[in-house]
Amino acid sequence: MISIRNVSYQIGSTMILSDISLEIPKGKVTALIGPNGAGKSTLLSLIARLERLQSGTVRVGNLLVGECSNRELAQHLSILPQTLDQAPRLSVRELVSFGRYPYHQGRPQAEDNRAVDHALTVFGLADLAQRPLDALSGGQRQRVQIAMNFAQDTEYMLLDEPLNNLDIAGARSLMALLCDVSERHSKTIVIVLHDINYASRYADHIVAMQNGTIMAEGTPSEIVNADLLRDVFQTNAEIMHVDGVPIVLV
Amino acid sequence: MNRRLIWLAVILFVCSVAYMSVGARGPLSFVLPFRGAKLAALILVAVSVSTSTVVFQTVTQNKILTPSIMGFDALYVLILTGAVYSFGGMVVFGFSDQFVFAVSASSMTLAALILFSTMLQSAKADLLRLVLTGVVLGGLFRALTDFMQRIIDPNEFAVIQGASYARFSVLETDLLMIAAATCIISMILLWRMRFALDVIVLGREAAVNLGVNVKRTQLLVLMLMSVLVAVSTALVGPIAFLGLLVVSVARLVTPVEQHGVLLVSASLISAITLIGGQTILERVFRLSTPLSVVIDLLGGALFLILLLRGYRR
Repeated sequence: MISIRNVSYQIGSTMILSDISLEIPKGKVTALIGPNGAGKSTLLSLIARLERLQSGTVRVGNLLVGECSNRELAQHLSILPQTLDQAPRLSVRELVSFGRYPYHQGRPQAEDNRAVDHALTVFGLADLAQRPLDALSGGQRQRVQIAMNFAQDTEYMLLDEPLNNLDIAGARSLMALLCDVSERHSKTIVIVLHDINYASRYADHIVAMQNGTIMAEGTPSEIVNADLLRDVFQTNAEIMHVDGVPIVLV
Repeated sequence: MNRRLIWLAVILFVCSVAYMSVGARGPLSFVLPFRGAKLAALILVAVSVSTSTVVFQTVTQNKILTPSIMGFDALYVLILTGAVYSFGGMVVFGFSDQFVFAVSASSMTLAALILFSTMLQSAKADLLRLVLTGVVLGGLFRALTDFMQRIIDPNEFAVIQGASYARFSVLETDLLMIAAATCIISMILLWRMRFALDVIVLGREAAVNLGVNVKRTQLLVLMLMSVLVAVSTALVGPIAFLGLLVVSVARLVTPVEQHGVLLVSASLISAITLIGGQTILERVFRLSTPLSVVIDLLGGALFLILLLRGYRR
C-alpha cells in the first residue's frame, strides 16, 4: 500500500498540493484524474522522490520515502515520467536493460537478461529488440519505456499519462496489458489519466483531484457521476452505463 | 566496436613511434627520456581533456558544450596576470614551476568547488544556470585580465601573452609526476562512475527512477572534471576546443552511448590528434605554429557547424 500523510507542496507562493492524505490500495490499478494543474503529476513525483517532500510523509510498503536509499526505492517503485529524454542511439533492448540497473549497477547477470527478455515478450517488443529508438514511432517508444519500468520488477509502478502518443487501439491494448500485469504479478499500478472513460473502464480505484486537494475517491461506479464532472471538471456531461461501467458522453 | 578501439590504439601506437623517432639526432640515452617525458605529458593532457569533455557533456545533457565554456582558461590567465600585476614578473617567474603549478591548479579546482557546490546545493539544481554563470564569470575574468594587462609593464605583458596559449612543444615535464598522479586518481574515480553516467544520459527523472543519486553524481563528476581541466591547463596552458573536436569525432567513430566505450575512444582520438598533430607540425613541417592554434581553428569551425545544425542531443 502507498500511504500519503499530510503532504503539502508549494512552488514559490503557489500552493500545488494542500495537506493531502491518501491510501492507495495494494495490488490494484488506481487512476488519478483531474483537470490540468490539479497536482496529479506533482503527487506522483513526490511519491517517486523526483521532487523533495516539503511536508508530510509518504510510505511505499515498508519504505519511508525520504529516508530510504535511492537504490532501495528503485527496487520497490518505478515511475514513468511525463516527458522523457531518451538517448536515440540506444536500441530497444538496451533501454529496457536499464530497468535492471538498480539490481546490477552496470554488471548484468543471467537473471537480469532473463528479466529483460520477459519484459520484451510481455510488451510485444521482441521483434523490435535490436531496433534503435529513433526508428520507432512515439507510441512504440512509450511502450518501450513502460517495458523498461516492467523490467525494473518493482511492486509499485507509477505512470504519468502513459496514453500520450497512443491511438485508440494502442491505448486500449496498453490499459488491458497493465490491468493484466497488475493482476498476474500483483503489482500496484498508479496511472495519471486525462480520459475518464479509460479510468472508468480499466481502473479498480479512482482518485479525483482538483486544485491540489482530493475531491473524491472510490470505485468507478461509486464516484464517476454528473456531480463529479461538475465539481471537478466544471463541465456538464451526460453519463451512461455500459455493463455497469459509467461512461462519459462527450 | 572493440575492433574500432583496437584500430585507434594501433594508430596511436604508430603516431607515438613517429613522435619518438622522426628527426631524432644524438644519443638515444638522451633522446628517449627527453621525448618520452613529452610524449607522456601529451597523453596525459589528451586523456584529461577528452575525459573531462565527455563527462561534462553528459552531466549538462548537451553535446556541444566543453568545460572551457565555464571560464577555466580565463581563470588560469587571470591568476597568472594577477600574480604578475601584484608581485611583478621577476618574482612570479622566479618561483619554481611546481609552486606556480600547485597554485594555479588548486585555485582553479577551488573556484570550481565553490561554484558547483553553491549552485548545485540549491533546492532546484539548474545546470543551465550553472553553465551560464560559468560563461558570465569567464567574461568577468577576461575583462579583469584585460584591465590588468593594460597597466602592467609591456615586457611582462609579452611573457603572459606567451603563457596564455597552450604549448605542446615546451612542456613542463618536471611537473609530470604530480600532474599524472592527480589526473590518474580523478580518471579512475570517473571510470568507476561510468555506468551511473550511462544512466544519467537518459535524463534526470529516469536516472532518479533507476536509483542514481543524480545531484551527488553530478557534483562529484564536475569536481573531478575540474581537477582534470585545472591540471591540464596548468601543464600546457588553455586549450579551448580540443575536447569538443575529439569527443565529436569519437561519437562518430564509436556511435554508442556507453561511457565505457566513449571514454576510451575519445581518449585515443585525443591522443592521436595531439601526438600526430605535434609530430607533423614540429618534426615534419618544422613549423613553430602552436598546435593549439590549429586545433582551436578546427574545433571552433566544428562548434559553429554543430551550433548551426542545432545539434544538441
